[in-house]
Amino acid sequence: MTVTSDRSAPTDAPLGAPAAKRFGGLLKTRELGIVLALALLVAYTAIDNPRFLSGQSIRDNLLNTAILAVMATGQAVVVITRNIDLSVGSVLGISAFAVATLMSNQDLPMVVGLLAGLAIGAVAGLVNGVLVRYGKVPALVVTLGTLYIYRGITYSWAGGSQVNADELPRHFLTFANDSILGIPWLVLIALVVVAAGSVMMRNYRVGRELYAMGSSPAAAELAGIKVARNLLGAFVLSGALAGLAGVLYAARFGTVDAAAGTGLELNVVAAVVVGGVAVFGGSGSVWGAALGALLLTVIGSALAVLDINQFWQQAIVGALIILAICADRLVAVRIARSLRKRDAHV
Amino acid sequence: MLRSPRTLLSVTSAALLVAGLAACGGTTKDSNTNAGSGTQASAAADPNAAIKEGLKIAFLPKQLNNPYSDVETGGGKVAVEELKGEYKLVGPNDASASSQVSYINTLIQQQQDVIVVAANDPNAVCPSLNQARAAKIKVITFDSDASKDCRDAFINQATTEGIGQSLAKMALEQAGGEGEIAVLSATPNATNQNSWIEVMKEELKKPEYAKLKLVKVAYGNDDDQKSFQEAQGLLQSYPNLKAIVAPTTVGIAAAARYISSSSYKGKVAVTGLGLPNQMREYVKDDTVKKFALWNPADIGYLAAFAGAAMASGQITGAPGEKFKAGKLGEYTIGADGEIVLGPPTEFTKENIDQFNF
Repeated sequence: MTVTSDRSAPTDAPLGAPAAKRFGGLLKTRELGIVLALALLVAYTAIDNPRFLSGQSIRDNLLNTAILAVMATGQAVVVITRNIDLSVGSVLGISAFAVATLMSNQDLPMVVGLLAGLAIGAVAGLVNGVLVRYGKVPALVVTLGTLYIYRGITYSWAGGSQVNADELPRHFLTFANDSILGIPWLVLIALVVVAAGSVMMRNYRVGRELYAMGSSPAAAELAGIKVARNLLGAFVLSGALAGLAGVLYAARFGTVDAAAGTGLELNVVAAVVVGGVAVFGGSGSVWGAALGALLLTVIGSALAVLDINQFWQQAIVGALIILAICADRLVAVRIARSLRKRDAHV
Repeated sequence: MLRSPRTLLSVTSAALLVAGLAACGGTTKDSNTNAGSGTQASAAADPNAAIKEGLKIAFLPKQLNNPYSDVETGGGKVAVEELKGEYKLVGPNDASASSQVSYINTLIQQQQDVIVVAANDPNAVCPSLNQARAAKIKVITFDSDASKDCRDAFINQATTEGIGQSLAKMALEQAGGEGEIAVLSATPNATNQNSWIEVMKEELKKPEYAKLKLVKVAYGNDDDQKSFQEAQGLLQSYPNLKAIVAPTTVGIAAAARYISSSSYKGKVAVTGLGLPNQMREYVKDDTVKKFALWNPADIGYLAAFAGAAMASGQITGAPGEKFKAGKLGEYTIGADGEIVLGPPTEFTKENIDQFNF
């Protein structure tokens, strides 16, 4: 897990919402907790079976994380604005099927597939954003609706047909496994997406505005933040990244039917919540969400290697989500208390 | 009237949501609405009775939009055309236990002659199927059986024993006669897969399999990513693994895709039950040497012929009765009204291009 330890360097830690900014140290423990859990898990599994740390195994885990991490990045941005995007699994499905169909008919370069996936996802995200902002419908309801709409469109388009590996061009399939400088393309794309997302949210004006919107939507609006534009942007980003993930999914699995990515939205939300992004918006970080994705994926592989009963796996993921939310609450209480203390000193 | 663009938008968005949700409901294909008067056969079987023309045969698979179900019902459609009957396909979009009930009730009202159904749950559909039979509709199950007392005959794709033995035989061949093998199954409570694995385990106790050791049964939940991870887990936990046997189409495709792109390619064999279209790529790149499956189109084909024979009075569903099923030849009804399709077809590099499903 070399990548993990590289990215867990303390200087890399993000700062939360403006209110929590001074107490970044506290928030840092959130991501630190994931890193520790990850390290413990990997160490325990590796002692049980040293092959868990073999090159092939690390590569597999990173490849499996890549798709989830890309989606978690978009979801984290949306959740930070106190919204949620439940349609990402369906967007992945429609994008995966569309791109696989497009690529199977003619010999197009990979970049066309990637752009097509991004474009399909962006349009889907724009619809979500417009409905949330101008329809004044809560994001939970809108994206639950579009979850079904996008899946319904895929079903009626695809019917029972599927695109199989032998119909896809070779370069498309090998894209999932080819490496550059020893890093698979899929992982590289995920790293770039996560890094760009983190930097945008931490260092750029628009990122800070998104945090402000999540902390207090009303105050953000009064402060003159372009709430509408930012909100649309967040949903378009989430959609586009889900679309991109669809292309990566098609390349990785080689077999795509109308049901691709069904139920994936819950994994993505789980990764984001476990990664320390508060469900009520305003705090958390993109790279934390990516760590959450890595943790969930590694748990999946570790349980397979450790020979733990299948039935336990979902229960363990569920327990982690509850633990993460409890930790959130704890941090919030501690911040509130220390704020009160500080006031008392003044 | 709509006063502001904002109201307009929220109204359109609500309408869009409703339309979208409606589109996700069950779909009906090739529906025919004219309710005819199907004359029913008498109770005694008359082997020489002619097959009636214009029989209304309805297919109700586990779910629509499932590639495998589509091939099955596609075979049924061909058979119904050969029989000069009226073909109808209805079904839910999800394979949940109760989702088929309303479709059965509608088919009863439409006075179909035969309902060919793959039961999502052996008991949940029973009351409705018995109502259908009370209305003199013949009920044939395929793919997945309903309880014995609520259907007239069951088209079994292959016997549990046949599949279990075939899996064990392929495992022995692919592992090169000895070594460790592992099973990558669907969900831990999948009835079909579990009974096949049981037979396979029994088979492995025989002397000719003495050198073969089944080290683990893993479950990929018929999910691509999960099956990927389980295949990875198997290869890490058992470095000397010779073969992975996956008795599920999702599992075998995921295991093959994983091995074809990993450093284990050529060292670990993959075999089991798979769809030729999904597996073609991996058979051609030598990851998979041999796998098997019954021909799903033949299941639907046989079911349609069995239904037509029954509706025409040729058979009643009693053991020992014989009927002709077009290109498939003659079939005999076995115990409990079961009609076995035959041994699974084995697919290799040489013959895979002859199949398209």
